[in-house]
Amino acid sequence: MSVIAIENLNKSFGAFNAVDNLDLTTEDGEFVVLVGPSGCGKTTTMRMIAGLESSTSGTIRIDGESVTDQSPSERDVAMVFQNYALYPHLTVYENMAFCLKVRKWSKDEIDTQVRKTAKALDIEALLERKPSALSGGQRQRVALGRAIVREPRVFLMDEPLSNLDAKLRIEMRAEIVKLCRRLKITTFYVTHDQLEALTMGHRIVVMKGGIAQQIDTPQNIYDTPVNTFVAGFIGSPPMNFLNATIENGTLVAPGFNLVPNGPVGTAIGHRTGTVIAGVRPEHLAPRPAAVPNTPGTIWGCIELIEPLGSQIMIQVSVGGHLISAQFERGPEVAVGKDIVLVHRPDALHAFDSVSERSVLAPAN
Amino acid sequence: MNRRRASALDPLLTLLTWIGTLIMFLPIAWMILTSFKTEEDAVSYPPKLFFTPTLDHYRRIFENDFVSFATVSVLVTVVSTLIVILLAVPAAFALTVRPVPKWRDILFFFISTKMMPIAAGIVPIYLVARTFDLLNTSAVLIIVYTSMNLPLAIWMIRSFMVEIPRDVFDAVAVDGAGRVREMVQIIVPLIKPGLASTALLCAIFSWNEFFLAVNLTTTVSTLPVFLQKFLSFGKLYTAQVAAVATLINIPVVVAGWLAQKSLTRGLTFGAVK
Repeated sequence: MSVIAIENLNKSFGAFNAVDNLDLTTEDGEFVVLVGPSGCGKTTTMRMIAGLESSTSGTIRIDGESVTDQSPSERDVAMVFQNYALYPHLTVYENMAFCLKVRKWSKDEIDTQVRKTAKALDIEALLERKPSALSGGQRQRVALGRAIVREPRVFLMDEPLSNLDAKLRIEMRAEIVKLCRRLKITTFYVTHDQLEALTMGHRIVVMKGGIAQQIDTPQNIYDTPVNTFVAGFIGSPPMNFLNATIENGTLVAPGFNLVPNGPVGTAIGHRTGTVIAGVRPEHLAPRPAAVPNTPGTIWGCIELIEPLGSQIMIQVSVGGHLISAQFERGPEVAVGKDIVLVHRPDALHAFDSVSERSVLAPAN
Repeated sequence: MNRRRASALDPLLTLLTWIGTLIMFLPIAWMILTSFKTEEDAVSYPPKLFFTPTLDHYRRIFENDFVSFATVSVLVTVVSTLIVILLAVPAAFALTVRPVPKWRDILFFFISTKMMPIAAGIVPIYLVARTFDLLNTSAVLIIVYTSMNLPLAIWMIRSFMVEIPRDVFDAVAVDGAGRVREMVQIIVPLIKPGLASTALLCAIFSWNEFFLAVNLTTTVSTLPVFLQKFLSFGKLYTAQVAAVATLINIPVVVAGWLAQKSLTRGLTFGAVK
């Protein structure tokens, strides 16, 4: 169990800033997910924490001790790699024992520890096999085993599930979360999958262009994204954005008349001019009886219907823009038909049309 | 991997491959056949395909000092190849994991030494060998063959090492292993096929080398020099030379055959991920 404090961490490759002034302090045993699109700096950040990449400036502390200039082994961190990076010529047992041998544990201690870890991960039967004789899921477990066998201070995982099929990914996701909760080891987890971020992390760091856009709990990030990037990146399908004019506390434009309440309503009440309105597809539902121009509605023509099983997703042309809506399947939808959608008034978002920051976020 | 669809061109390609293979193999087959002929049969025109085979030439080889030349050949090949591998692995490893400044120039310098015509270097090599009293010794051949093969070996082994995914190097670093342990316990086992093909190539080059051997040694020398002695007896011993040449070829063919799997893997390492 450890507390990791990252202060003003920077990494530049020539003129390119891969990580820009990152500040983050974890709690003991916290599961932090770094999420963002390719090239956002999440993996570079993790590699700097691991000691595999040197920082241009800034400090990394583990339990108060600066590890910025320490080698990976001195930091006592363990890492699970995207491609597992198991040693192909060694058996599962030898793979797990390697880091203990390096640390000069006795043979008996190594044996006890490897078998204990293998039991915890249910890979005892695989100990004598080589990685080439394992399935993707089994390799993933072995990679986890190799990381936890020496009980590190920090656990680093770099997109460990990206090579698994969808079903296995969901299973392993739950297992990793359970394992980390049980071991109470502070964990950094890198992913580009927003669903993994939402389901796994105590806190999420959403990154773009090397800058941490928002660091918060999954729920807060979903409910109150600080800018259009976070709003669009977290949540699937992504949030709809509509340019709107503020008129008497409502957000209007051809095709919609949105009435926010709660904090967004209050913030809009103090503003004039234009904003970017944001509404998540799952917060829209059809209102068959409503007519266009009713306050609190969006209206347009259905362009596409995508069945999702119990729900459907539709694309609606609203004032020349396509928006999506997701709701329970019903008889009222057909391609080419007009539809009026009602939004949840407490789940409306508004962003400054210039800075693209939420009207709720403090000014930079 | 998707297999290419069969096309009408395939039988033609197969035929061409076989023709190519036969053209390459024919001289070797002729050499082996000739080695079992009498000297008269060997030079008869038109060439005889059917003859009474004889082992006389092979017997005569062993009446000469074949064994001592073969011993030197084996010693020089094995020792120089071992030294080459022992030196090339750490050099290639250093160039892979922690490239020194201007490592590309260094790598090019290594290989550029192979571009110099060896005839241009023979006089200084000869003089140095004479100064250190190394002429006509196995040691001088071991030294020159090691330096002859080292650049190629470093170049090849490095190319195998850079094919190892970066994650493996990172995993070793996180596991905390030192450089020596990393090289010996992780990296070297991973490039074993490549190492085998490198060693085999170096061994073949040493085994076959003639120019340096004939200039630096006389009585304590390798089999190609032994073969040359048969050519300079005044009379043409075609069948006899063919028998010596066949014998010299056997170890190379056997080693190549045994290492075929790793040789093919080694030489195409990294071509397909």
